[in-house]
Amino acid sequence: MNILIKNGRVIDPCSTLDALRDIQITDSIITKIGSPGAESLEGFKADLEIDASQCIVAPGLVDLTARLREPGYEHEGMLESELRACVAAGVTSLVCPPDTDPVLDEPGLVDMLKFRAGKMNLTRVHPLGALTKGLKGEALTEMFELAQAGCIGFGQAEHSISNTQVLQRAMQYAATYGFCVWLRPQDYHLGQGVAASGALATRLGLSGVSVAAETIALNTIFALMRGTGARVHLCRISSAAGVALIKNAKEEGLPVSCDVSINSLHLTDQDIGFFDSRARLTPPLRQESDRKALQMALLEGVIDVLVSDHDPVEGDLKSLPFAQAKPGASGVELLLSLALKWSAQHQLSVMDALKVVTHNPAKILHEAALNWRTSSVLGTLSSNAQVAQGVGELRVGGVADICIFDPNAVWMVKPEELKSQGKFTPFAFDMGGTAMPGVVKFTVLGGELVYSRD
Amino acid sequence: MCKDALNFLWSPRVQHKRNPQLNKNGELIHLLSTEGLSRTLLTHILDTAANFVSVSDREVKKVPLLRGKSVFNLFFENSTRTRTTFEIAAKRLSADVINLDIARSSASKGESLLDTIAILSAMAADIFVVRHAESGAPYLIAQHTAPHVHVINAGDGRHAHPTQGLLDMYTIRHFKGEFSNLCVAIVGDVLHSRVARSDIHALTTLGCAEVRVVGPKTLVPTDMSQMGVKVFNNLEEGIKGCDVVIMLRLQNERMNGALLPSSQEYFKGYGLTPQKLALAKSDAIVMHPGPINRGVEIDSAVVDGPQSVILPQVTFGIAVRMAVMSIVAGNDA
Repeated sequence: MNILIKNGRVIDPCSTLDALRDIQITDSIITKIGSPGAESLEGFKADLEIDASQCIVAPGLVDLTARLREPGYEHEGMLESELRACVAAGVTSLVCPPDTDPVLDEPGLVDMLKFRAGKMNLTRVHPLGALTKGLKGEALTEMFELAQAGCIGFGQAEHSISNTQVLQRAMQYAATYGFCVWLRPQDYHLGQGVAASGALATRLGLSGVSVAAETIALNTIFALMRGTGARVHLCRISSAAGVALIKNAKEEGLPVSCDVSINSLHLTDQDIGFFDSRARLTPPLRQESDRKALQMALLEGVIDVLVSDHDPVEGDLKSLPFAQAKPGASGVELLLSLALKWSAQHQLSVMDALKVVTHNPAKILHEAALNWRTSSVLGTLSSNAQVAQGVGELRVGGVADICIFDPNAVWMVKPEELKSQGKFTPFAFDMGGTAMPGVVKFTVLGGELVYSRD
Repeated sequence: MCKDALNFLWSPRVQHKRNPQLNKNGELIHLLSTEGLSRTLLTHILDTAANFVSVSDREVKKVPLLRGKSVFNLFFENSTRTRTTFEIAAKRLSADVINLDIARSSASKGESLLDTIAILSAMAADIFVVRHAESGAPYLIAQHTAPHVHVINAGDGRHAHPTQGLLDMYTIRHFKGEFSNLCVAIVGDVLHSRVARSDIHALTTLGCAEVRVVGPKTLVPTDMSQMGVKVFNNLEEGIKGCDVVIMLRLQNERMNGALLPSSQEYFKGYGLTPQKLALAKSDAIVMHPGPINRGVEIDSAVVDGPQSVILPQVTFGIAVRMAVMSIVAGNDA
């Protein structure tokens, strides 16, 4: 199919293009990007014309943490409902953690997930495999086979490894093949609380997770990286002290990247209010000084990526006393808006906002895929874990994954209107959430229109 | 272009939610915590309790204020003392009292908290008195009950035990008159104590001159200072010159673990003996929410001594609970 996207303001953080351009798509590939009315664009017969006037045309978003809840938790989110939520949010590639039921620790499960997601043709799904069997932190998984089945990297989701020797060996083994290890830094024992340590947790009588839970884990990971040579992507940093350690590690030259969730970037523990379980999240929301540090770190590039940490949770599991309520919130549909909001709060450009949800995360995906193929001791391998050329950018010859949104439209988060099966979000308007900037109008995935707002 | 359009979105998030225990006129509809209640409201509860104290001395110990109302005692966590005083208080107000041993029935069969509440609401409950092991559980219940149903927190996790806080205030006011010149020390396992939190909020609201918390660093969170109290890790310094000493119970399961090495060592450091009490003012009173661990947090000589007001606390507790029930029952959401 040939598609013409015309009259839009094209912003591509990769090439730093920001101009009115028309885009021609033939089959799944972008074939031309040119000024509207330019001669070079003539003679193109479009099957579909998308009028993007007043809109921004951007690369499809890449979300490095979004849970699809399949297999095992279909009552909380189905592959289809969550992938439809993704395309409605302009997300065309995502990474899903292995904490499904059963855990993604068998190649067959990964095959099945990739196959089912691929058939739906809504968003490219890149699963993370479990680093240890059952995420139990004891025995290593068959990482090589899991990677062949399509795992982009290996992680522990929310399950910290308590045995540091196991973590060391897992990192050594992953480094053998050049796999990237995705870890949320949290000490196993200090991470048992339900809210961030601080005045609010003390006042409400909630057990706390101290900042030391994050800094101890970071120091451990960095020390092990030096010894093992493993590449690590740090998931969902939550504290100012954590940011400072990552800054040092990057300056030291360790091969590390990191992300922050929309929740930690915009909210604090005060949003728990009177025990509101929608603000029961992992990592827990911390204090205002932490939030400020995270915002600045994303701005300075110490934090590379903004993620939705999308985690649909069923109603019954949130209608419990705060500590018993299941952590997690739906977020993928807020990712673009909250990136724009962050950039507006710091007088940054839309390009800066898009960079942390397109180009930067795509770079991490490409590196992860490339790294293990080239450094593999068994030579070049065929694998399902490929990342399509041009994901996260707009360039001729690249795959046509495109998000078209109206930057001036504003919306309020009404849970019942979310497409995700999970309706719980701490940004809901009745929790004091403010207006959200940016509404996605069209999403193109691999040259096909997969979402149209009207 | 977009930047200007987004300017109005900079506004920070505002918590606009009303304190769930008050209606829009600021009247008490549930008692969930002493936090966020005005000085006027706290004083009103204490004054109302004063009127009920004499009821217990009458030959017919009943007033008809809650006649025809049903009070459900919902104890998801075991309790004898608190449940009994609530039962007595409700009966003296002529209410029908239903005691449910939830810990041994529905909850153990897997029924969810909100289902239990829905079932009992269908039995036409007017007041739920709730104790639960999780901080915040009574808030969840209050959000899911009909407007005419009132919830009284009888202790939730480490968070609050507001009627205990109020009866402590009543006791202090009874023996000391005013709060503005007082120094009150709360001693012991502050970290796990809902009583301490409720006392602190009530004392700071009522204008108490100085509130101290005293205990080893494992049992006193440093963030406590942000609640308007002074933190002491030394008992002698902490009770020096105090008018009121509130001792907290040290639960058995805390004694031999990573929090404390042994009850003997705890008693040496933080047990209240007559010698240590002598450092407080000579007319200082000693309080304890009970049950008491003699020889662990407090010496028998102090419990039974002239400065102890532990038994009057219990008596006042009934009047205070009568006051709270009659006040919330009279206000609509």
